[in-house]
Amino acid sequence: MAARIQVPREARRGEVIEVRILIQHPMETGYRHDDIGHLIKRNVINVLSCRYNGVEVFRADLSSGISANPYVQFYTVAEASGDLEFNWIDDEGQRGSERQSIIVKG
Amino acid sequence: MTRARGWLALAAAALAAGAAHAEERAIPPGELKSGSAFLGSDLRALQNDDFANPGMLWVERGGKLWSEPAGKKNLACASCHQGTSMRGVAASYPKIDKASGKLVNLEGRINLCRTGRMGAQPLRYESEELLALTAYLARQSLGLPLAARIDGAARAHFEAGRASYHLRRGQMNLSCAHCHDAQWGRRLLSETISQGHPNAYPAYRMEWQTTGSLERRLRACLSGIRAEMLPYGSQEYLDLELFLAWRAQGLPIETPGVRR
Repeated sequence: MAARIQVPREARRGEVIEVRILIQHPMETGYRHDDIGHLIKRNVINVLSCRYNGVEVFRADLSSGISANPYVQFYTVAEASGDLEFNWIDDEGQRGSERQSIIVKG
Repeated sequence: MTRARGWLALAAAALAAGAAHAEERAIPPGELKSGSAFLGSDLRALQNDDFANPGMLWVERGGKLWSEPAGKKNLACASCHQGTSMRGVAASYPKIDKASGKLVNLEGRINLCRTGRMGAQPLRYESEELLALTAYLARQSLGLPLAARIDGAARAHFEAGRASYHLRRGQMNLSCAHCHDAQWGRRLLSETISQGHPNAYPAYRMEWQTTGSLERRLRACLSGIRAEMLPYGSQEYLDLELFLAWRAQGLPIETPGVRR
């Protein structure tokens, strides 16, 4: 599962930073039928979480209402240099993860 | 003798008129509007956001595929094109391939390289890989004006494309021109009819929830007017793509566009 994440490379301590993630995923709703009338099984990313130096700072339970290739944006406070680590899992059990480091000054 | 000369003059006049007609533009260059001009501000903002534009997932994948070796000769696109800028390349397509004399679009060009130079299998039309490579190539011409040529061997294809564009078809008996030349800017149910330009393809379409080629978009129009959809890569689509590129001449490339 390809994904893009955007976190500032550098921030001041205490600064509110914007974090963005875009994941390539079909987000199959479970309500659609294929060409011969069979229901297509739901397959969505159901949990997306972000840990900042091991502490969970963001968590989302996604479901059928979210479009394909979901884009999520949130804010957190830059506290210390380290890693932001994203993890997600879909209904078929496929996991994805991405990480990016941030340098916090001051 | 005089009569024969008269006929010749008439024939020449008819030819000249035909040529003049061919250059006539239903939408003058000053009034050309990209499809993004017909979007809401939200989708336009999404297209212009290099990070959030979902089409960039394909561009990024294309960048990786570009340097991945494939085929018997174990060559990647980058093996030959190393150090040369691909900027501007996409703007000149569809184009006559010098070796075969055939009209090819960017997808066709990629597959010609694969089969001819890399000894690799051609990529299936509309496959994720071909979309990714096409989007990656077109992205490098971002902002450059479309500049396909219609002279020489391309001329006949251009004329065929023009005829195809003006051909009434399907149960609704409509040609492309009926909507995109005569009614652009007006409403079709909840949609605003665009001028039908190809400058943002491959594009991410909300209706598809994925990235698709210009031919997929053409097929969607044909299905909308209840006309027969041709197979991907067919000659009629290629000719039409050339006519569309000429019709949009000067519009900047926006790939990957975001469309409704």
